[in-house]
Amino acid sequence: MSNMPKPEDTVLRYTLPERIVHWVSALFYLYLLATGLAFYTPSLWWLAVVLGGGPTSRFWHPFAGLAFVATVIWMWTRWGKDMLITDVDRRWNLTVLNYIRNQDDRLNPAGRFNTGQKHFFWTMFLGGLALLASGVVLWFTDYLPWSLRWLRYGAVLLHVTAFLCTVAGFIVHVYMGTAVVRGGFSSVIRGEVTKPWARIHHPLWLEEISKK
Amino acid sequence: MAEKSLEIMRASASTASAPGIRQEATLTKLIDTTTCIGCKACEVACQQWNDLEPELTVQFGSYQTLPELQPRFWNLIRFNEAEVNGSLAWLMRKDQCMHCADPGCLVACPAPNAVVQYANGIVDFNQDACIGCGYCIAGCPFNIPKLSKKTSRVYKCTLCVDRVSVGLEPACIKACPTGCLQFGSKTALLEIGGRRVAQLKANGFPNAGIYDPPGVGGTGVLTVLAHADLPELYRLPKNPSVPAAVTLWKRPIHWLGGIGMVAGVLIATLHYLRYGPKHVPEDLPENARKVAPG
Repeated sequence: MSNMPKPEDTVLRYTLPERIVHWVSALFYLYLLATGLAFYTPSLWWLAVVLGGGPTSRFWHPFAGLAFVATVIWMWTRWGKDMLITDVDRRWNLTVLNYIRNQDDRLNPAGRFNTGQKHFFWTMFLGGLALLASGVVLWFTDYLPWSLRWLRYGAVLLHVTAFLCTVAGFIVHVYMGTAVVRGGFSSVIRGEVTKPWARIHHPLWLEEISKK
Repeated sequence: MAEKSLEIMRASASTASAPGIRQEATLTKLIDTTTCIGCKACEVACQQWNDLEPELTVQFGSYQTLPELQPRFWNLIRFNEAEVNGSLAWLMRKDQCMHCADPGCLVACPAPNAVVQYANGIVDFNQDACIGCGYCIAGCPFNIPKLSKKTSRVYKCTLCVDRVSVGLEPACIKACPTGCLQFGSKTALLEIGGRRVAQLKANGFPNAGIYDPPGVGGTGVLTVLAHADLPELYRLPKNPSVPAAVTLWKRPIHWLGGIGMVAGVLIATLHYLRYGPKHVPEDLPENARKVAPG
């Protein structure tokens, strides 16, 4: 194809292990989201029916949760350092309205991940840990003595709150990654982005890897 | 064990029930703890009628059969010793599902029709629809539902709904030798209980009363207590209600979360219609970006 970028015009953004873990994570999150929404509201109970029925969904939901948190922790070991909020983010944030309006030429430069991506990462990382902690309490709820019932009440509230936080992040993440930032979706499939793409979206990162 | 012949008033995770065509009295059990002799005939009758294999009893220095209710043990006579006005009170109380008018288990349950409340007031678990999540355990202020490891379903007293639906009284009522257990409409039993309370008050129990806590809309199990001012002595909560955490999650958080999720998708759609995808200039020269102040 004529509009295919030449290899010398592209840079590697996500390695193969990163891409695999991303999609394993996505798969488990989607399963957790579907079964979780079925438990969230009777209007979406059909999701549990489609996925094998209520008891089946209830049985697998916590195991999928363990797998999801495992992928998130892997990402943390891999990207945790890159995800720290720095002065670069504080400057980028000053121009965030331009980012929302797609005026990317009027944007303070971002590194490997922009501030929004970092916030999404921490939402999923901390949200995942909160969901795991509260989920374990709910998983083994019948082992909890009556005197520790406050733990169960806390878990009920924490599980739903953390769930809603991750959904907010998830909606933005999928929307940005597929519809708005063209090239983002293919970057997490084949790993590569064009240099102009990197220059407009992640100029400090491009600078950094160009030095190497 | 949903009874098809009974009219359903409310069902968990459902809005479809349409009650009110039949006029049915709220059915109630009256437990007069002051005439209970602790014989446990009701425990045996419950086990027998419901085909529940007896649990291995636990010796923990009490006459009580088991420390807590079990998935296969729905009726427990609790033996409590307390000091009231300087003298020992040996208090027996029948522990079982209270059949609340506002059942926390039903509110908390996410599985459609797994918890039902019949028009006659009986709250029942439908194990066919139960998914074994244990949220009813969080919703119950009385520590009643028990999750079975064998079946991964919850169980509790059904108020012998299968007997009641064909005009029989619950098994425990039938077995009680002292008549401390009675069964009938709530109105009638409140009257009978009231007479007993008056008797107790005249005989040196000024704080006698009926335990029918308003925090859960009243219960389908009325308990006459000699010391109604101190229900804790009987291991009964003083002011039970559906736990605040469950109410918060099922009311404001549920609605705000639902609106938020739909709004999130709508805002994303509107954003796309207004701004569309980001443009990547192919010929953007190095250092050409116009950076806003900051």
